Amino acid sequence: MSGYAKPLKIALGLAVIAGLIVIPMNFNRYGLFILSQWAVMTIAAMGLNLTLGYAGQVSLAQGAFVGIGAYAAAIMTTHGWPLPAAIAVAIALSFAVGWVLGYPALRVQHHYLAFVTLAFSTLAFLVFRNESWLTGGIYGISGIPRPHFFGIATNKPLPFYYICLGSLAIVSLAVWWLIRSPWGRAFMALRENPLRAQSLGIDTRRYTLMAFAIGSALGGVAGALYAPLTQYIDPVPFNLSLSLDLLMMVIVGGAGFYFGPFLGAMIAVLLPEWLRFTEGYYLMLYAIAVMGLLIWSPTGILGILDRHMAARRTKAASALRAVAKSRLETAQ
Amino acid sequence: MSNLFDLLVAGLATGAIYALVAVGFTLLWQTSQTINFAQGEFVMLPAFLMLAAMHVGAPFWLAIILGILLSMILLGLAFKMLLVDPMMRHGVLPLAIATMALAIGIKEAVKQFFSAEASPFPSIVPTGDISVLGHAVSLQSIGVLVVAILAVFGLTTLLNRTSLGHQMQAAAQNPTVARIIGVPVERMILLTFLINAFLVALASLLITPIYLAKFSSGEVLGQAAFIAAIVGGFNQVRGAIAGGLLIGVLDNLAAAYVSTQYRAAVPMIFLIAVILFRPQGLLGRAEERTV
Repeated sequence: MSGYAKPLKIALGLAVIAGLIVIPMNFNRYGLFILSQWAVMTIAAMGLNLTLGYAGQVSLAQGAFVGIGAYAAAIMTTHGWPLPAAIAVAIALSFAVGWVLGYPALRVQHHYLAFVTLAFSTLAFLVFRNESWLTGGIYGISGIPRPHFFGIATNKPLPFYYICLGSLAIVSLAVWWLIRSPWGRAFMALRENPLRAQSLGIDTRRYTLMAFAIGSALGGVAGALYAPLTQYIDPVPFNLSLSLDLLMMVIVGGAGFYFGPFLGAMIAVLLPEWLRFTEGYYLMLYAIAVMGLLIWSPTGILGILDRHMAARRTKAASALRAVAKSRLETAQ
Repeated sequence: MSNLFDLLVAGLATGAIYALVAVGFTLLWQTSQTINFAQGEFVMLPAFLMLAAMHVGAPFWLAIILGILLSMILLGLAFKMLLVDPMMRHGVLPLAIATMALAIGIKEAVKQFFSAEASPFPSIVPTGDISVLGHAVSLQSIGVLVVAILAVFGLTTLLNRTSLGHQMQAAAQNPTVARIIGVPVERMILLTFLINAFLVALASLLITPIYLAKFSSGEVLGQAAFIAAIVGGFNQVRGAIAGGLLIGVLDNLAAAYVSTQYRAAVPMIFLIAVILFRPQGLLGRAEERTV
């Protein structure tokens, strides 16, 4: 790439961040709710992108971890604990459960793994619904308080949106660091060729479990933010379709691309809202859009960009080659 | 234990329907590596097509024929040509996601163009009970069982006894070699899609009188068929049949003896156990590892 590309990227990134901070100031309550939801779902999808996109382990249970985090936060904050403590517990709990769910991945792969995680997802939903002494059953938990930060109440939509955005920023930085660390490289080695990774001395067992545990922990973070966002939770949002939706976000955005979950969550959360003027047709149009996109580019939105850039690079390289060749020929 | 007998019959009847759907599911997987997450919606839709045909004045028998034909065109031909063909070479996952989107699309289309409410659906078997071994058994259960058994029997005969069936199996097991020895692989794949569409339309005809026609009824059914296919063996038609019957019976027994709250958990736990201890399914062949 040429020299000005990097500053350009940084400038673009800063502009997007500034836009996310400034523009919503004029949004109404509902707009802020949708945007907060986007931030929360992006966090969950980033977790799944780690498990699936980077480490290559299919999971249909991310929605269950969002549920675990949401219930942990709801139960704790309604009993007077502060939200940060609830988030810590949500992380620890989803990490531990995710670690255990990783064990089947040591034995079975691909679609079989998808089925095991799918079954887990349904089991988690049944526990949310039936253990009413803990989760309130079908009536759910209402009156989930929003936190006070530095003396500022976040009951209004805008401050809470900034909390979601801030959490997204922290998670993004952590994931950015993680995929550039030796861990991230080990995850990718696991995805590309597990046998080779093992023969290179990577402890595939440990990294497979870690890929599940860390990805699930991010699902837990998303859930712990979701509960105070909606201030009321019941089992329905955490059924299998949330897991499927999150998987769709990751694939549509581009699995294994850092920015994939951001775009995927945008499509899944915002596109239906934009299509709402079509009334009853909006989910239908959304489904058609997703299918059309996947037919066009099975590697997702960022796959299109990636192919485009690869083509440009090859073109540039072959132009350079042609120049070098002609120089060689004239020199002879 | 007259209760147990009733539960078994009811379980076998639902199980037989699951089996039909699961068989179609495994056929698609075998010939084109399609994990069809919309299979449940595929069962839901034909009933509405038949209802629509009756709405414009067709008699019930004509509506059934029209419904099955339309299903084969929409859920067989169009599904394959518009969605599966362009995506097949890109691997299992994107196609699976696309079928999830298709499931949403079908559900919403039915909700929008037909109704969000459950509609009654006429039964092809007369209602009433007959006495079997001193037990009253509903004609509905027996009718469902008979039709499902006939369909499965017809399909296995087609697959195992005819040249066409052998060609289909060859196309599924090793497309390259099948092509070399002159099997029209593409046509065989299309045929499995048409058979799947026929099976789901049949299942729709059998199950809708029991559970009513509703846009969301595919979710539960699709999942049950999905589990049945995996439990029985993802790569075996007879595995899917056994899996379907087993899940149907298990589901009914769990509702009676475990708890209605956790009845859905029993097939799930069973599924996890099967995958962990016998991933190829109860009757399946072990798949070779690709890596």
